[in-house]
Amino acid sequence: MSKRIGMEIALATAEAVALCRPDVIAAYPITPNTHIPEHLSDIVAEGRLDAEFICVESEHSAMSACAGASGTGARAFTATSSQGLLYMYEVLGIVSSMRLPVVMAIGNRAISGPINIWNDHSDIMTMRDLGWLSLFAANGQEAVDMMIQSFKIAEDAAVQLPINVNLDGFQLTHMVEALFLPDEKEVDRFLPRRKPYAALHPDHPVTMGALGMPDIFTEATKARDQALVDSRTVILKVWKEWEKQFGRRYEPIEAYKTKGADVVMLTMGSMGETAEIAVDELRRDGVPVGLLKLKLWRPFPFEEMKKAVRGVKTLIVTDRCCSLGGPGGPLAAEVRSALYAEAARPAIENALIGLGGRDVTVDDFKQMFRQAGKSKGIYEFYGVRG
Amino acid sequence: MMSTAKPISIVENFEIYAPKLVDKEEFFCSGHRACQGCGEALAIRLMCKALGKDTVIANATGCMEVIATPYPATAWTLPWIHVAFPCAAAVGAGVEAGLKVLRRKGVNPDRYIKTVTIGGDGGTVDIGLQALSGAMERGHDMLYVCFDNEAYMNTGIQRSSATPFGASTTTAPAGKASIGNKTWKKNVPEIMVAHNIPYVATASPSYPIDFMNKVKKARAIQGPTYIHCLSVCPTGWRAKSEECIKLGRLAVETGVFPLYEVENGVYRLTVETPDPLRPVTDYIKAQGRFRHLTPDEIRTIQRRVNLEYRKLMNKVEHSLSWTE
Amino acid sequence: MAQKKWPETWQEVTPGCMIFEGGNSREYHTGSWRAQRPVWDNAKCIKCGICYIFCPEACVKEDAQGYFAADLDYCKGCGICAHECWPGAITMVEEG
Repeated sequence: MSKRIGMEIALATAEAVALCRPDVIAAYPITPNTHIPEHLSDIVAEGRLDAEFICVESEHSAMSACAGASGTGARAFTATSSQGLLYMYEVLGIVSSMRLPVVMAIGNRAISGPINIWNDHSDIMTMRDLGWLSLFAANGQEAVDMMIQSFKIAEDAAVQLPINVNLDGFQLTHMVEALFLPDEKEVDRFLPRRKPYAALHPDHPVTMGALGMPDIFTEATKARDQALVDSRTVILKVWKEWEKQFGRRYEPIEAYKTKGADVVMLTMGSMGETAEIAVDELRRDGVPVGLLKLKLWRPFPFEEMKKAVRGVKTLIVTDRCCSLGGPGGPLAAEVRSALYAEAARPAIENALIGLGGRDVTVDDFKQMFRQAGKSKGIYEFYGVRG
Repeated sequence: MMSTAKPISIVENFEIYAPKLVDKEEFFCSGHRACQGCGEALAIRLMCKALGKDTVIANATGCMEVIATPYPATAWTLPWIHVAFPCAAAVGAGVEAGLKVLRRKGVNPDRYIKTVTIGGDGGTVDIGLQALSGAMERGHDMLYVCFDNEAYMNTGIQRSSATPFGASTTTAPAGKASIGNKTWKKNVPEIMVAHNIPYVATASPSYPIDFMNKVKKARAIQGPTYIHCLSVCPTGWRAKSEECIKLGRLAVETGVFPLYEVENGVYRLTVETPDPLRPVTDYIKAQGRFRHLTPDEIRTIQRRVNLEYRKLMNKVEHSLSWTE
Repeated sequence: MAQKKWPETWQEVTPGCMIFEGGNSREYHTGSWRAQRPVWDNAKCIKCGICYIFCPEACVKEDAQGYFAADLDYCKGCGICAHECWPGAITMVEEG
């Protein structure tokens, strides 16, 4: 039986990972994800989890050790944030190209500079094109659930790709929340032992990480991309299974009070919870607004996005990241791509908010809703002074 | 046709016939695309013979990765993984951890499999040094072999911190205002000794039996071990391909690269060097990368080689085992 | 694991470009790189195997009588075997 407990989300995330019985955990400290591997090391030290815990000397080595471990057929996990993610950047695309289903929790944090330890999404956005599946949690319960789902999705025979689960740094990682921690037996039933496509062992030798010359690189890249596109079916299947077994429903885009809404806002991560309150208050005042919460960032849910904004007049896309010198926020760029060919599509405004840990309050969201249609340019730094 | 050569007893001349007795199975196969006379390809071939089947290899990016695995072909019959340039030791650490835990949990057969990580000098002593230090310090049950050809040969003979003083490379070229590389070779075997690991050795494919014995010894130790193998690169050293083995021998006989091992802190020369050492000019003059050096500059090198050799011999004479 | 020898289409590329046929590099014949070939004079050969042990191509093979020869499919003609053969049983001969 699942039990409802009050727990810091990072710790609950670690408990969820432990329930998945990872074989190898390699981690290097960086704020704000650190409580996840710290707590995992506690669980290993207490003898509750049989795993090799490697205190690597860098994030580059953390991801490399995960690659090596995953190559042997082991279930490998790591967690990081911000600069740590950038430090392991070189290895990220290689892990996905080698089809190694490594699972990573990211306690999202702004990337330097100026150096800043607080939350935004600029870290994960740097790796959006590297072939990883990517989920966004809006609260602690989602973080716990997605952690367990992610192993099953990544290791599916039709997927075999790495996956990251994004938790907003501090705003999720360090919050105490009442949540259900699934029962060990239930998780065992949901998540069987990994069956690798290939494993490093002399009984069945394999060469992993070969050189791809120009005559094969295009085909190899197409195969990778297709694997990501096709993973969507598996993600939906796993979420259906999850709902059946654990009773909590997951969709690529979760709609909140969008029925009859003229203005709809799109969020990723923890801000969705605050935005819900703003929607409730405005609806109470008779303003027809709604909210979309994106949970699946990669593969990007193009079809669901088109469907979700049908009939909407204005769509406010929030981004916790700026594509400097580019089209504003990465999420808005994706949404515009998704909707470009649609005959009827909403006006799209892009608000860059919550950068480097800047608080975004219920009032901020209400104001953004009220200002809809007045945005100048293709993106705006909401609330910027000066 | 009958041999007219004088028959020699195998028992009395074991050293002469030792090569014949080496296992004929190849784990690093023909058809790889290394340059003619590649000392590194040879060293890897010999290493694999000493390691045997129950081995997993993690390989840093470099010549050996490029020449051996152009998809869909591989020269390897051992399980092999390559991830990137700086992180071979971390990949090896992950492999070792994975094999250990999967055996413990009964997922893999209950049989010992050795993890061996290999890299060139760039991937070991420069960009890979941090990952190497980490893996050795953590005590993974892993043999790391550095195949040192003294420059970034795969990218076109750029200088690394393993490049010897005075060698001309494409980023430390000799010229009117330059003698070529201005720094002395970084002593990574010593850095490994400082990690207090149970076994460190230098080796050369020019002494195949010595090299293979060291690999076997390291394989048998359950813990972190390190072998630094000087691998002659005729292409990068501007030398004749047929002189590959000879150059390796000259490196040893001149004292430029003595062959020794350090077991639990105790230093031992494994291949006797001539007394006095051969002059370094014998080694230097056979290589185009040193062609520009003046007699004065060669004397500077000679002095340094003498000094380093004396330092090593001091350790051979005075080192104590930490297990006693 | 089934693997198409030389994949043409993206569907034929193995996931992760993994290679399951160890040692299939042998299908690539490096012998065409050779300018000189080693020729053994078995009258001088003492069957010590020094040519076998020092071949970077792993292409010097021992026959039933204990003599050695290079597999010319792979021999790149580096000349190490001839240089190292101390009884002088191997000579390098220009390729026609």
